[in-house]
Amino acid sequence: MGRNRKAWATIASLAICLVHILPFYILLTTSFKASDDLSSKWVFPGYLYLDNFSNAWQEANMLTAFRSNVVVTAISVALIIVVGSVAAYPLARYQTRWNKFIYALFVSALIVPPLTILVPLYKFMVDIGGMNHYWGIILLFVTFNLPMTIFLYTGFIGTIPRELDEAAMIDGAGRFELFFRILLPLLKPITATVVILTGVAVWNDYQFSVFFLQHPHTRTITVALASFFGQYNSNIGWVAAGSLMGALPMIVLYLFLQRYFISGLASGAIKG
Amino acid sequence: MANVRPFTTNDVRPDPAAPLGGPAGKRMRGSAWLNLLYVPALILFGVFIFYPFIKGVQISFTNWDGYNQDFKWIGGFNYKRMFSDPDMGRVIRNTVIYGVGSAFLQNVIGLAYALFLNMNLRTRGLVRTVIYLPVIISSLIMGYIWYFFFQYDGGAINDILLLFQDEPSNLLGDKDFNSWIITFVNTYQYLGIAMVLFLAGLQTIPKDYYEAATIDGATAFDRFRHVTWPLIAPSLTISMVLNLIGGLKLFDVIVAMTNSGPGYASASMSSIMYLLYFGREDAGYAATIGILMFVMISIVSLVALFLLRRREVHA
Repeated sequence: MGRNRKAWATIASLAICLVHILPFYILLTTSFKASDDLSSKWVFPGYLYLDNFSNAWQEANMLTAFRSNVVVTAISVALIIVVGSVAAYPLARYQTRWNKFIYALFVSALIVPPLTILVPLYKFMVDIGGMNHYWGIILLFVTFNLPMTIFLYTGFIGTIPRELDEAAMIDGAGRFELFFRILLPLLKPITATVVILTGVAVWNDYQFSVFFLQHPHTRTITVALASFFGQYNSNIGWVAAGSLMGALPMIVLYLFLQRYFISGLASGAIKG
Repeated sequence: MANVRPFTTNDVRPDPAAPLGGPAGKRMRGSAWLNLLYVPALILFGVFIFYPFIKGVQISFTNWDGYNQDFKWIGGFNYKRMFSDPDMGRVIRNTVIYGVGSAFLQNVIGLAYALFLNMNLRTRGLVRTVIYLPVIISSLIMGYIWYFFFQYDGGAINDILLLFQDEPSNLLGDKDFNSWIITFVNTYQYLGIAMVLFLAGLQTIPKDYYEAATIDGATAFDRFRHVTWPLIAPSLTISMVLNLIGGLKLFDVIVAMTNSGPGYASASMSSIMYLLYFGREDAGYAATIGILMFVMISIVSLVALFLLRRREVHA
């Protein structure tokens, strides 16, 4: 490729970046702008104004919301990993007709959007008393993230040579021991992928949380923001500041670990 | 773990690759214990997916309001009502736009970006980071961010429009246009997924294929048509299906930007279910829409999967 063409391509790529970053620029200007400043959102305020942040933090009860997010995400992801990896082991290694059926059953749920069974699920949650409790929504997150998790783990275990199992068992290892001592450490790369994919999904969730965690003491960031938006619709600076604070943890994590975020998605999807 | 050793003694060499049944089946009997490992997952599935699903079918035949214990069985009334409901035509139109429209746009733009980034530009890492960034943000928050653009009073886009016109445009209130705005936002947010999948697919194509094609006198378009396009088929399949499902079940962005309005003008099947259940206490009808949505998404994804897989085989 000519040097000239490459230079143009580089400029074009920077232009694309600029367009894609615009929403974040507008989010910044809006969240730093005083409520009586009626200048355009395109203009960055020439002063430092942080009231939007402190007001949003207090009014939306962000501290409680952050705590809910951390608790729900951490426990959900941990359970997803344990239940999912353990379930994938027999499905990958002992492909009896029955196990193939079970695997198909798990994976077919990938295409079922949880919202389609919202009404009965909501009723069921009320019946078992899981409404507005962390454990209720955690069980839902675990269940609905299992199809993808089992799919990824089963595929990955399939790529680990069976000779390894056999060698370990000749050395006298039991099957469970084999799984926990020998296979599990080998699953680190796919576990990282699962942590990122399910972690992002659970952390950002709104469609479940809005139904099952409405109480101000247990609601998560997105639910807090949505009710905040309903209340302070006219005070857009507060909403912007709240949105920025809500998105920031994931943005920071992404900027530090982006290689894992991006390659995790690609490897997970292509291998299937 | 020592206590689980005994049952490893009589089936030392399970060979899962061996044909099933007969002696192989017998040899595997010892490993049936291991199937216990997926029982927790199976229980969760049964309790939180299969049981509610069956319940949902039942509820769709009732006039349940979502709260009261007493309700009446009304047969297929909800289904009849759904197919004659003028709002539903609108809702299905929107759902198809959100699904097919964003899947199409995401794949076209995602592929274009991937081909562009595959040119080994120095800025490649930066571009990928920036374009993928929205993927990791809550789509509710993404909806609010774009609301700042499209809002009537002081919206960023209206600031520009006002240079050319006297009155701001009520973009989100325009009932024939706002579903396209929502499709655009969903596309913007998730086209990074398509791009990354295509980039991964492009990297699996050996360089010599292109060299060989060039020696044979193939133009850039020929090379794309006969080398790239067939070989990125697996990426296209997965990206298409992922984006289709993502668009068909769209919810958060709609709630953030228009809350399904004005009226039901921008509602999707998920968002109208939410309104019917919690706003109108029309749980039986909402459950019926859930079932239609389930059927629709299953059919669309299976058909898409089938068509795209067939293309892979031919390629």
